[in-house]
Order: sequence, then C-alpha cells, then structure tokens
Amino acid sequence: MANLNVKIHNLELRNPVTVASGTFGFGEEMAEFFDLNRLGGIFVKGLTVKNREGNDYPRMAETPSGMLNSVGLQNKGIDYFIDKIYPNIKHLDTHIIANVNGGTIEEYVEVTEKLNDLEKVTAIELNISCPNVKQGGMLFGISCPSAIAVTEAVRKACKKTLIVKLSPNVTDIAEMAQAVEGAGADSVSLINTLLGMAINAETRKPVLSTVTGGLSGPAIKPVALRMVWKVYKAVKIPIFGIGGIMNATDAIEFILAGSTAIQVGTANFIDPLVSLKIIDGIEEYLHRHNIDTVAELVGALEV
Amino acid sequence: MTKVIADHIVINNSSPVEGHYFIKLLSPVEIPEINPGNFAEILVDNTPEVFLRRPFSILDVDYEKRWISFYVKVIGNGSKRLGYLNKGDKVNLIYPLGNSYSIPVNAKKVLIVMGGSGIAPFILLGKELIKRNVKVVFLLGGRSSKEILLTDEFSKYGEVMVMTEDGSAGEKGIVTDHSLFKSTFDFDLVYTCGPEPMMKAVADIAGKRGTACQASLENMMACGFGICLCCVTPTHEGNKRVCYEGPVFDVNYLKWQT
Repeated sequence: MANLNVKIHNLELRNPVTVASGTFGFGEEMAEFFDLNRLGGIFVKGLTVKNREGNDYPRMAETPSGMLNSVGLQNKGIDYFIDKIYPNIKHLDTHIIANVNGGTIEEYVEVTEKLNDLEKVTAIELNISCPNVKQGGMLFGISCPSAIAVTEAVRKACKKTLIVKLSPNVTDIAEMAQAVEGAGADSVSLINTLLGMAINAETRKPVLSTVTGGLSGPAIKPVALRMVWKVYKAVKIPIFGIGGIMNATDAIEFILAGSTAIQVGTANFIDPLVSLKIIDGIEEYLHRHNIDTVAELVGALEV
Repeated sequence: MTKVIADHIVINNSSPVEGHYFIKLLSPVEIPEINPGNFAEILVDNTPEVFLRRPFSILDVDYEKRWISFYVKVIGNGSKRLGYLNKGDKVNLIYPLGNSYSIPVNAKKVLIVMGGSGIAPFILLGKELIKRNVKVVFLLGGRSSKEILLTDEFSKYGEVMVMTEDGSAGEKGIVTDHSLFKSTFDFDLVYTCGPEPMMKAVADIAGKRGTACQASLENMMACGFGICLCCVTPTHEGNKRVCYEGPVFDVNYLKWQT
C-alpha cells in the first residue's frame, strides 16, 4: 500500500486531502455523510471575535464551471465556537484547523489567543484573503506590509502551526508568500476566491447583494495551478493547494505543481463524498505509477 | 437521519402540460423515512452550465416499490434539462434534506394554500393529515387552468378549491382573494408554499385571523445540506439556512417585510 502521509510543519496528515474553510461547515453536518476521520484535516468555517450575520441574500450565483459567493463570514463568534461547537467535534481523530478572521490586527490576535487552549485545534489558518467583508479580510492580504504586520502579530500570539491563506487578487502572489514566510508563517494555503461578479441582464441588476463576490470551482483551477507553481518556486514552507479540485487527477496536478496537501472546496457542495473518492484516487494513481509515497510527487512537475 | 446519496434510474417522466414534468425514479437502496416538506438535491448533469445540484421538494414516495418522485416546473437551465430525462436515465440524488411541515396534535382542520411550483410538498402532507384524521382544504392558485395540476390527487385527501388569474378554472383572481377567506375561517393552521409574495399575503391573512402559518421557502442553494451558508433567510434569531433549519418555517419566526 502506498504511503499517503504528508507533513506540514509539525503536523502529520494521514493523507494530503483536507477540506477548505467555508465549504464544510464545522464538520457536524458532514458527519451525517461519512467518517470524517478519513480526511487529512478539516479547515472549519471562518471565525471572528463576535457574531457576524454575514451579507444579505442573494449570496450565491452559479457561473460557468463554478460559482460566486458573498457569504461574508457568517459565524457566531469565537466564544460560541469554543463553548458550543468545539465540544462536538473534539473527539475527531483528524486535524481540526481553525480559519481566523478579523477587521483589525487586534481582532486576529484575540481569536488566535482564544484558540491556543483548544488541544484538538492543531493549526490555525490566518485568512487575509476573504473578499466579502468590508473591513479587514483581503485588505490585509493584498499589500506586503499589512500582510507582514498581521502575520507577525498572530505569529507571536499563536502556539500552533500557522498557515496563511493567500489571496489571488494580487499582482505577485509569490511576493506575498515570501512576505508571510519571512513574518513567521509555517505554511501557506492558496488560492482563496478570485473577485468576480454576475449580472442579470433582464433586470439590469447584479445577482449578488454585494455586487461582487468570490469565484470558485473548476473555472479557477488553471489560475490556481499557476499560482501554486509560482509560490512553490519562491518559498521553502509547505503549500496547501486550493482551487477547483473536483477529483483525484486535479489533486495530483496540484501536488505536482508543488502542493504538499490540498483543500477540496466547492466540490463538497456537489458531492459530499468527493474527498473520499479523491483519497482513493490518489492511492490508485500512486499504485499505477509505482510510487511508494505521495510526498515524492510534491513539486515533481517535469518542465 | 440516514441520507441517501445514490444514482437513481428514471422510471417515468411525464409532462401533462408543456414546461411541467413529473419524474419518478427507482432507488437502488431502501428509502429512508421522508417527511412532508423534505427535499432532494438533484445532480442535473454537472456540466459547465448546470454546475451545481438543484433542490426539489419530494412529491411522493413508495417505500415498498422503492420509488421517489418530483414535480419539476421549468424555470431555468437546470429544470429544463430535467425535462429531457428519459426512462432508464441515471440521476444522482441526495435526500432527505431539510426539515418538514409539522402537524400539531390538536389540529382538526387545516388550509393549504399553494401557487406555482408550490404544489410539490403537499401530496405527502395530505397523506399524513388524513392518517391523523385532520380535515384539509387545498387551495390552488395559478395563472390559468393549465397551471392547476394534481387536483385529482389532492381530492383523495380533502376538499379542493381553485383560483386562476384568468378565470379559466375555479374563481377568477389571485389566490388570496378567494371567497373562502370571506366566510367563516375555522382553520387551526395554514400551510403554504409558492411564490414569496403569495406566501407573504397568505401569512398576513393567517396572522389577522390569529391562525398559525407554516411556509416552505425556496431560496437559491449551492449545497442543500448546510455547509455553504448561501441560502439564508433573515429570522428573529439572525440569518438561518433555508436548507438546514428550513425549508419550512413558522412565518412569525421569519423577518418578512410585508
């Protein structure tokens, strides 16, 4: 049997297949469909200091080979997560990774500090790339000085593995990756959604209440692959590849481009069991190519 | 609650009126308990144009013969393609999803008001009501007689009344102007499903009579099982997922602008 284990900083993942924040709730809903312990890890829904109701409906527009969303980080706040959600998921035997958001550096730090005591949250994903909030979010992730400032502050507060989720809505994502690596990130995850919009020609109105939103799904896969490849060549820290992964072949492509692990996002909406199929498909690929361990494939693109 | 995710085989796809389809599918597995108001997510074809699944209320079910059926009204690309399905085609379904209409133990007589594709949840509800000896009046609204479907089926479970905008069937006008609202209103509960303006008007009438009202919403969804948070509706307790906390809500819980 092929070895699917991968290592991100000091986290041992049983396989490289994780699920992306915002596409898997807090895991509770998905436990009705399959054994979550088969996953390499779960990036739970984005957390903020206080309760956020998110943006107005409509928050979703189906687009060719993908979708736009503008959920806007609806969540009940970090204290609710600690008191009401964490107790229900802490029994899981997989990595629970908290996605941390804020309108200010202080808020990012506050959420991070509160997560330090949760033993089963083994890493945090610093989200400086949410395009759907008015304050903070992506604003931190589109300029190097602000990305460095928030990463340094969170690094000081964070006792866990620190993953920084990067925005594709920048001129040079490799430069951003280097900036957060220098500021203490243990890993980067990319890409978050690409800014986009959808229009209803009949009504002359935007489809989303927020006018613009974040594009995800296979439509963005080529963009994401290029960015992962670019970042892989620019940094030494491991990468979580994200962007329209629908099957094992997509996952292998991201691994070849330089991802140590991957996050499955939008595909969860179409097939709740897709991650399991991807795990099995990766194993089948390794077997077929006579490869002992998936780690050998990371960045193994032959150019 | 056990959920099915499986390829089903089309047994029958009939279209009594252009643009309206009744699709019956055979399940490869035992069908879990389905309650009135539950829905399924149908994988239409996962092509670039119809990338996401589409949510549809479950119309009817036969646990012994292992079939499940849907009413599909053509609205966009997804529903249009479901109309093309032929006997023997495979379709992937996830169900049962969402909550369901609830029947209070003291209910003796209820009114069901429906319009457009809002007929879908009420065969199952009719069956459940008759089991509990609850009297039902089904009030169907539509633009013309062509849009008034399933009346024979509904009449098995209670009295059927009809209202059309052009007067081609039943009374003429919009459903909330029906004469039944002008006579003695002795219903213990009102159930509704259909276009949101209609449901709001029904909720308003029920509210004025001091009668409880349950409405089933049909917001756009990406997933249908609670993980994307796209289909939310504002309630007095914040934004709630139509697919998970709903689709059925007590109208007083909703923050509806009427």
